[in-house]
Amino acid sequence: MTTTPPPPVTEPPAPSALADAGNGAATLPQWRLMLRRFLKNRLAVASSVVLVVLYVCAILAPFLSPNPYDQQNVDLKNASPTAVIWSGGPAICSREQQLDTETFTYEYRSDCSKPVPLRFFGKGYEYKLFGLIPTDRHLVTVDKPHTLLIWGADSAGRDVFARSMQGARVSLTIGLLGVAVGTFLGATIGTISGYFRGAVDTLLQRFIELLMSLPTLPLWLALAAILPQDMSVTSRYFLITLILSLVGWASLARQIRGKVMSYAASDYVAAARIAGSSSARIVFRHLIPNASSHIVATAMLAVPATIIAETSLSFLGVGMLPPAVSWGVLLSDAQNVATVQQYPWLLIPAALVVLAVTCFQLIGDGLRDAVDPYG
Amino acid sequence: MLIVVARRAVYMIVTLAVVSVLSFAIIAAPPGSALSQKISQLQSQGGEVTEAQIAALKEQYGVDESWFTQYGKWISGFWHGDFGFSFTLNEPVGSLIWSRLGLSLLLSIGALLIAWGLSIPLGVYSATHRRSLPDNVITVIQFVGVAIPEFLFALVVMTLAANYLGADVGGLFSSQYENAPWSWAKFTDLLEHLWIPLVVIAAGSTAWLTRVMRANLLDVLNNQYVQTARAKGVSERKVIWKHAVRNSLHPLVMTFGTTFPVLISGEAIVSIVLNLPTIGPLLVNSLLNKDMYVAGTILLMLSALLVIGNFVADLLLTVIDPRIRVGE
Repeated sequence: MTTTPPPPVTEPPAPSALADAGNGAATLPQWRLMLRRFLKNRLAVASSVVLVVLYVCAILAPFLSPNPYDQQNVDLKNASPTAVIWSGGPAICSREQQLDTETFTYEYRSDCSKPVPLRFFGKGYEYKLFGLIPTDRHLVTVDKPHTLLIWGADSAGRDVFARSMQGARVSLTIGLLGVAVGTFLGATIGTISGYFRGAVDTLLQRFIELLMSLPTLPLWLALAAILPQDMSVTSRYFLITLILSLVGWASLARQIRGKVMSYAASDYVAAARIAGSSSARIVFRHLIPNASSHIVATAMLAVPATIIAETSLSFLGVGMLPPAVSWGVLLSDAQNVATVQQYPWLLIPAALVVLAVTCFQLIGDGLRDAVDPYG
Repeated sequence: MLIVVARRAVYMIVTLAVVSVLSFAIIAAPPGSALSQKISQLQSQGGEVTEAQIAALKEQYGVDESWFTQYGKWISGFWHGDFGFSFTLNEPVGSLIWSRLGLSLLLSIGALLIAWGLSIPLGVYSATHRRSLPDNVITVIQFVGVAIPEFLFALVVMTLAANYLGADVGGLFSSQYENAPWSWAKFTDLLEHLWIPLVVIAAGSTAWLTRVMRANLLDVLNNQYVQTARAKGVSERKVIWKHAVRNSLHPLVMTFGTTFPVLISGEAIVSIVLNLPTIGPLLVNSLLNKDMYVAGTILLMLSALLVIGNFVADLLLTVIDPRIRVGE
């Protein structure tokens, strides 16, 4: 087993040589077949486009937002979304706040006779684009002292649109990162378990069964709740990611183990072993590349649950905590029926959650169908 | 068969023992529990009586001793139904959790029955009428149903019910029945409150199980014995329900083990939103207050439910599928 590996006789031919050979499916490399399959699935392709748009929005969050996401404004508490009218170009009605002396609640009056025009690429607050380029240009702005609130404001008068875009940064990455860590753990442990069998396999499988017999959400809650409340946003972000992946890797490891077991019994693995390949070489050169498409598809299907988990934990006040902004944190403002009835725009981030999760789901389905291109 | 059951039972007990250590470790790990807060509160009061109280508390829960002694003291109380004490609610854990656990179980099992009751016919219809309009509608609803987080769905259904049905949502009873003795009116009032959580908890699983059922049935319908049955002239209705559906049911029973944890998690979060006195809100509060004995007991109880659920699923499977019995 320790001899030098033999020359790679089974090296696949260069993909480009085959790709030019024509349209016959038999001569295309496997990844091209997969891509072809995937592109045929219109829902999956459309979902990919939507997700790309969402990620671009998250990256360009400060450019798209007319107001800073963390700017509080006492005069705009729970302000409803600004209505956009047409007055020689898109414009908004000027708005005044009045205290209702009978109920002591603030009321807003729109005065559409004095429209305030929207300015595209106008100047607003300063920020750094991509965290590097200092600028103060925004997609849409209005002249001061007016405020453009595309999706209304929350109970502290903060712009819900700006917060949703900013929150996308956490919500759209924490799921992916959590699944990535979980996939790494799951793939490694699943491969070891499936390849070596015997006592190692039994031990790992019992451990996985144990982990899977714990109810997921309560376990997540327990792990998240023991994090100190006063830690920095960044370290909390990474620890929550870790917690999400700690629970998720088990089922991934299971599925990958099954795949690896079936591959490990195949002839080419036996051939490689006879040719003197080490275990590490067989695992990394033959088994993992072969299982990789399945790993990707399974991982994709795990993303929705992870995003929902982060949102749920933050909603319950144990996941991400203010001042961090994520979709779950935003939704925790809408905890009861009375709030939702009065200020329905606080639920807009929920629509984003559902949109993102559905897209990931459809892409995962598309990938799962595509990874078996000969089927 | 008996040996299999015995082996599974032993394995179940071992799992629960490990789970109990794990859940205790998770909860005892962070410094500053509700117990230590209670002790420091007593210390600040001073006096001889409180000194004795502190000593008794430390002795009873092994505060200054090793982690393992604390665990031992906690777990040995289980034999006579002593699960520890809640230091934030000033009540023994046992009396806190039983009624809540019952309601949690009622909701989860009710939701499971709804999910199965709906997903089997829907899945069968969807599979036998592929690519028809209803099939497409069901597929779309499935995707959205899986994508909506439970707490969100609960909020939306609650708001709609409050707006359009004038329903009094949240809680278990309307205020006038809260403390009233049991009566028919109180019972119907309870049902009026329970349908929202049941529907919400069942929704996600129904969507998912319908997908599983549809895929299973499509697989089975491709089998040759189905073709043979059709060729023999068996009516289509009989082919589907007697030959195909029966064979596609058993993956559904197998998923009992995975559906049940989902339902319990869903129940926990929905109850928090709907303000129901179940195990979920109690767990979250006890975790936030570091009320370790409450949280630990709940985690252990929920895991026990799951392990038992899996055990039941395995037994059910051997009952409905003779091949498994022979295989053993």
